[in-house]
Amino acid sequence: MGMTITEKIIAAHSEDTHVHPGELVEVEVDMALANDITAPLSIRELEKHGIDRIADPARITLVADHNTPSKDIASAENVALMRNFARRHNIPYFFEGGEVGIEHVLLPERGLVIPGDLVVGADSHTCTYGALGAFSTGMGSTDIAGAWALGRTWLKVPESIKFLYRGDKRSFITGKDLILYTIGEIGVDGARYCAMEFCGPVISSLSMDERFTMANMAIEAGAKNGIMEADHATLEYVSATGTTRKPVVYTSDTDAEWKNVFQINTSFIEPQVALPHLPENTRSVYSIPRTEISQSVIGSCTNGRIDDLRMAASVLKGRSVHPGVRLYIFPGSPSVLLQAEKEGLVKVFLTAGAVLCPPSCGPCLGGHLGVLAAGERSISTTNRNFVGRMGHPKSEVYLSNPFVAAASAVKGYITTPDQL
Amino acid sequence: MIIEGTVIRVGDNIDTDVIIPARYLTSTDPLELARHCMEGLDPDFLKRAGENPVIVAGKNFGCGSSREHAPLAIKGAGVEAVIAASFARIFYRNALNIGLPILESEEATKSLQEGHRISIDLENGTIKDKSSGAEFTAQAFPPLLKDVIRKGGLLPYIKERLEKEVT
Repeated sequence: MGMTITEKIIAAHSEDTHVHPGELVEVEVDMALANDITAPLSIRELEKHGIDRIADPARITLVADHNTPSKDIASAENVALMRNFARRHNIPYFFEGGEVGIEHVLLPERGLVIPGDLVVGADSHTCTYGALGAFSTGMGSTDIAGAWALGRTWLKVPESIKFLYRGDKRSFITGKDLILYTIGEIGVDGARYCAMEFCGPVISSLSMDERFTMANMAIEAGAKNGIMEADHATLEYVSATGTTRKPVVYTSDTDAEWKNVFQINTSFIEPQVALPHLPENTRSVYSIPRTEISQSVIGSCTNGRIDDLRMAASVLKGRSVHPGVRLYIFPGSPSVLLQAEKEGLVKVFLTAGAVLCPPSCGPCLGGHLGVLAAGERSISTTNRNFVGRMGHPKSEVYLSNPFVAAASAVKGYITTPDQL
Repeated sequence: MIIEGTVIRVGDNIDTDVIIPARYLTSTDPLELARHCMEGLDPDFLKRAGENPVIVAGKNFGCGSSREHAPLAIKGAGVEAVIAASFARIFYRNALNIGLPILESEEATKSLQEGHRISIDLENGTIKDKSSGAEFTAQAFPPLLKDVIRKGGLLPYIKERLEKEVT
């Protein structure tokens, strides 16, 4: 029996040449990351148990991205704890201040994850790197602390589900719409414990940024990881990072075992929106009643890359944000922001009346920089619309792509660019 | 080890944002986190839970964010164990790693009613409904995880392993 990409990467990092779904295996970890919410807990747990050993400092990344710039004393103390830990253990990849980006935008950009890698992170959206043809999955702080100490972790080999995308794409259909549509089809536990392998001609035609968006939301279907075969575009992206490490490209065998295969005809997919309070509540934007908004958020580890900002700017150019709406734009990293500035997108945003925010997770998880009051509603390019996710338990979040979030900011209600 | 407690019911897809909203994540103290446990779902959750609560949930309990603060908040709130039809995978690992007992049994979650007194034998995974007399067996843990559970969490397990490597 052949293996899937996920199984091959796990096998290559274990002592076995062949692994099977359901097996528990111990694996070498190429990179184990944590952020300013999860790292403090990892560090304190290590201290509590008197473990001072770090297997390899160069395989740890610490990103102070969630409550950055520090929103209060407690957040500042958490970053200080990370900083001291990084210094004490000579951890080279600690990002704060002007170097900070949202972790899942930053790591690929910096070449810290490449095809064939096995990455674990104390953040559920660690699955983003599957877009590079890497195996990556989210865990908790203690698991990551264990991976730092051992350089290894245990994994249950997941069953794989294949998602095959064929067809045309209508206007304003992006990777975000494909993944929202898919989650709507299978539900928030539709891929629980499984690997979601995204393939087909539509996937090959997507930009890297859109591929990151899709892999990023695999967790929203309960998946362990999302993954795509690395191709020419992937290798070009990786080479541009300047990394000297050599990518390893895996392909699923023709006789690999699939738990299920979904064939998705993209020609009929319309711009999607996920209604409160689950990412599976997806509909075509055209099918929902008039839904007024008081906020629009464009950014996050899901949609904070340069392509996303280009989409938003293409809608906002020559238009103004509706007087009743606050539009917050969060570039995913300093280099995304710099590129946006070079291309004139920053001017488009500011002229339209948007607020340009620093690279940060910001309001996505209701942390800071755009939290909602009771009764407020936001359209957002982020990944979750759970109760209270962006602020008050009585606020609402609707998830969409950047075209829709920008068009809605202009009109004051949820709509698409072709209806402006 | 035998746990005794009273059932408090919650639904399907209980996500970690409602278990512990992100605005409280600047703390890692279980007792501080416990004060806001399930706040997003029911502000009166802790009052409703009473003494020695056992959470009985539907499918996909603990979905969403990887925040380990979620099982910490539940444990800090004095919850004895969580029984669910199924768990989201990160929550499952986190709970075992910090020593919060979890049991997966679809049958038990279908039958156990709010307020019922139950006893759980963690060693063999049996759940007894003392109010109705019904008994259920939860899914067994694989040997590696049993070892982690016996040691009281992942880091005690790793520490012992590192010490063995040195000697």
